[in-house]
Amino acid sequence: MKTAAHLGSEGDFDVAIVGCGVSGANIARRLSAYRLRVAVIEKETDVSFGTSKANSGIVHGGFHHNRKYLKARLELRGALMFDELRRQLDFPFRRCGILVAALHDEEMKAVEHLYLQGVENGVIGIEMCSRERILELEPKLSQDTVGGLYAPGGGIVEPYRFVFALVESAKKNGVAFYTDYKLSATEWDAKTRRWTLRAADGRTLHARYAVNAAGLFADEVSSLFGAEEFKIQARKGEYYLLDRLTKARPGRVVFPVPTAVSKGMLVIPTVEGTVLVGPTADSAEDKTDLSTTEERLERILDSGRKMIPSISANDVITSFAGLRPCLEEDFYIEVSKKAPALVQVAGIQSPGLTASPAVGEYVKDLLKTAGLELTEKPDWDPYLPPRPKTREASPYERDELIAKDPAYGNIVCRCENVSEAEIVEAVRLGHTTLDGVKYFTRAQMGRCQGGFCAYKIIKIIMRETGLGYDQITKRGGASRILEGEL
Amino acid sequence: MKEIHFDAIVIGAGAAGMAAALEIESSGFTCALIDREDHLGGILMQCVHNGFGLHEFNEELTGPEFAERFAERVLESRVAVYLGTTVVSIRSNDVEGKEVFCSSAEHGVIRILCRSVVLAMGCRERNRGNVRIPGSRPAGVYTAGLAQRLVNIEGYIPGKNVVIIGSGDIGLIMARRMSWVGCSVKAVVEIMPYPSGLTRNIVQCLNDFNIPLHLSCRTSAIYGKDRVEGVEVTPLENGAPVMEKSFRIPCDTVLLSVGLVPENELSKEAGVELNAMTNGPQIDSTMMTSVDGVFACGNVLHVHDLVDWAAEEARRTGAFVVAWLKGERPALQVRVKAGPNVRYANPGRVESGRENKLYLRSLVVKNDAVLEVKLDGKPIRSIKKNHVQPSEMLTLSVGDKDLGGATSDSVLEISLV
Repeated sequence: MKTAAHLGSEGDFDVAIVGCGVSGANIARRLSAYRLRVAVIEKETDVSFGTSKANSGIVHGGFHHNRKYLKARLELRGALMFDELRRQLDFPFRRCGILVAALHDEEMKAVEHLYLQGVENGVIGIEMCSRERILELEPKLSQDTVGGLYAPGGGIVEPYRFVFALVESAKKNGVAFYTDYKLSATEWDAKTRRWTLRAADGRTLHARYAVNAAGLFADEVSSLFGAEEFKIQARKGEYYLLDRLTKARPGRVVFPVPTAVSKGMLVIPTVEGTVLVGPTADSAEDKTDLSTTEERLERILDSGRKMIPSISANDVITSFAGLRPCLEEDFYIEVSKKAPALVQVAGIQSPGLTASPAVGEYVKDLLKTAGLELTEKPDWDPYLPPRPKTREASPYERDELIAKDPAYGNIVCRCENVSEAEIVEAVRLGHTTLDGVKYFTRAQMGRCQGGFCAYKIIKIIMRETGLGYDQITKRGGASRILEGEL
Repeated sequence: MKEIHFDAIVIGAGAAGMAAALEIESSGFTCALIDREDHLGGILMQCVHNGFGLHEFNEELTGPEFAERFAERVLESRVAVYLGTTVVSIRSNDVEGKEVFCSSAEHGVIRILCRSVVLAMGCRERNRGNVRIPGSRPAGVYTAGLAQRLVNIEGYIPGKNVVIIGSGDIGLIMARRMSWVGCSVKAVVEIMPYPSGLTRNIVQCLNDFNIPLHLSCRTSAIYGKDRVEGVEVTPLENGAPVMEKSFRIPCDTVLLSVGLVPENELSKEAGVELNAMTNGPQIDSTMMTSVDGVFACGNVLHVHDLVDWAAEEARRTGAFVVAWLKGERPALQVRVKAGPNVRYANPGRVESGRENKLYLRSLVVKNDAVLEVKLDGKPIRSIKKNHVQPSEMLTLSVGDKDLGGATSDSVLEISLV
């Protein structure tokens, strides 16, 4: 995201949200409905570049957690909010349903427990499946499957597209976003009752209330506010991405029977047609370490194949890792007891994406209890314009698009079928890194992984932004793409 | 929406596509040549080194020069050229033949109705995910072809200190190219015990620049946070990694030259059956795929060593398309089987009554090998080969005299001993 325009600017806000992942974005968008001046600061170059960019992209089925946990209550509430959000914001989301496949008779006991928990949680349509039933629902499942669970309300979502849409909507309704804004210090002025938030590069802004939605770094941010001391433990999840032409694509999300510590490794038909297999769950010391290892990746294919035997290493187009921010068993969303006018939103691991719309609402209510006055804006506009995609258009629809803007006819990314017009749109919305364009448009996300289109995208970014070749990065910072000119 | 009719269309305007289109047009049939890029010549345009055309023109040309020879003839011919035009789908239809939708900024969506289609889309590079190299995901990891594009056409240097993974020809060519533009190429790391590129490229691109080639070595990790900081290399002994002998090579750039894959997504969606060995279409003795009227040639069919051979294959394919358009169909076709030590043989069928040219790839590195041809288990020919290796394609001609007594159930087996 562009920052130059904001450099040195100081603003006075009612609420400042630290961190623009799926939690921060939902909080910002929810608050944008009120007469408030809201700022979001993000240390990365673009939004959704942390935990929110590398996760399973699932809207959960509401049966994995007991209602005694806040995270379960928010999950149940959040899951129900996705349909309306999709109508307003037009991001990729589909209720494809979730299956839990049991491979041994002993596992059916755990399935029964999940079923009862789901029923208790009020999940609609949840169903215990016989072997015949589950194989009918998903014929690609292993013949060893003995039965399982079906939750028709579960779904799949493109997490970064969800965040981008929330951010765009919040911006449209007046929220200010500051990227490359790495919080380095805060001060509370008891007289004016205002926080000052200083960035490492010298920018400052003021706010009456602050929200700590800093994901993996929520512990460090909490310290910067002089608030509660806690430690976020990163837990790494590695994934394989399979080509959209794989024969192993299931119709629904397939879970194994969970263990005490993890929901296990899943096979996920992504909304956009590819297949994800993963994640692993291993503690990581370094909160920036997104490396993958051979042993873990092998484990992923092995466990994926146990459920869907047709998964083939030949279909792998890439692997990646994400880090979950783990604190305790539950989410920690509270008004700080130590620092004034601060709401902590920490430890948002799974089912954080599912819960996030409800987290937005919950934090809005917490801010109200802490004294923030909320007056609805009469002119709040929850809608974003629909974004045509050449990938989804029929030949006749494409022809109409090209008549309006010829750039829809120029296919830049052949693997995912993305036109120049869509890339230009991403850049104009502020996604000016190769990864930002990738997450917004899917260009470079297909089987060639940018081998054919990366140079074209670099040229479009340079043309649209005026950036020099040496300012083009993969994901901001020092991740420069080109090191010299001939 | 624009609607146009042709006897044949050729998808892809690289060497193969241009050669096929010229052949079809020369017989008086109407033909369109379609390419998604805005120039003729395909990937040849970024191959500014020489070594092209020795068979086709008896001259040593650069890639663009080779392409230009064909492009000039195409532009002088009646071949209808559509550049900046991406084929979106191919469907077969009983009434109209083939219905092909294309997308172009200039023309919008074009609906082409034609009797036959030639697939000549070429191939793409395998990437990091395909060969599953673990580690972090910093900037600075590129396929060799992308780096070639950046340097030779866009005029940018992707990085200064380079390690090349895989010893495919593009990687070798880029080792030399990067050295010429002032970069330091630290090493080429190859997992196999032998190089996968042509011998001449090992000599001219590595040996002449003192670039070390680590054979039987696997890249076990790429490391670096924002930008590549190095690679970890693990030697293999008897195929197994020896972790304690792992070493690191610091670098800021990794180029991947780990093989090419025919680009057949469009073919698959058109219902064309693929050969698991080549990743290209299954073809009969006339280069026709499993879909009637759809032909394939060049690197989309199987990856060639030399563009000269891709062009030659495409010209023959063009002639087969002409024959098909005239209503000629092969008489007796005999199935070709890749026997021991042969990875594949293309085409998958030969026709009696004429000469058939076959391309094959060895599975082994071997001196003093013998290419054995058997019809229904009976040896009919054996040909001495001084040296065979997987990276060098072999050719074989099978004529009518070889196929005497063959029936439609016969099998022609080709093996290397």
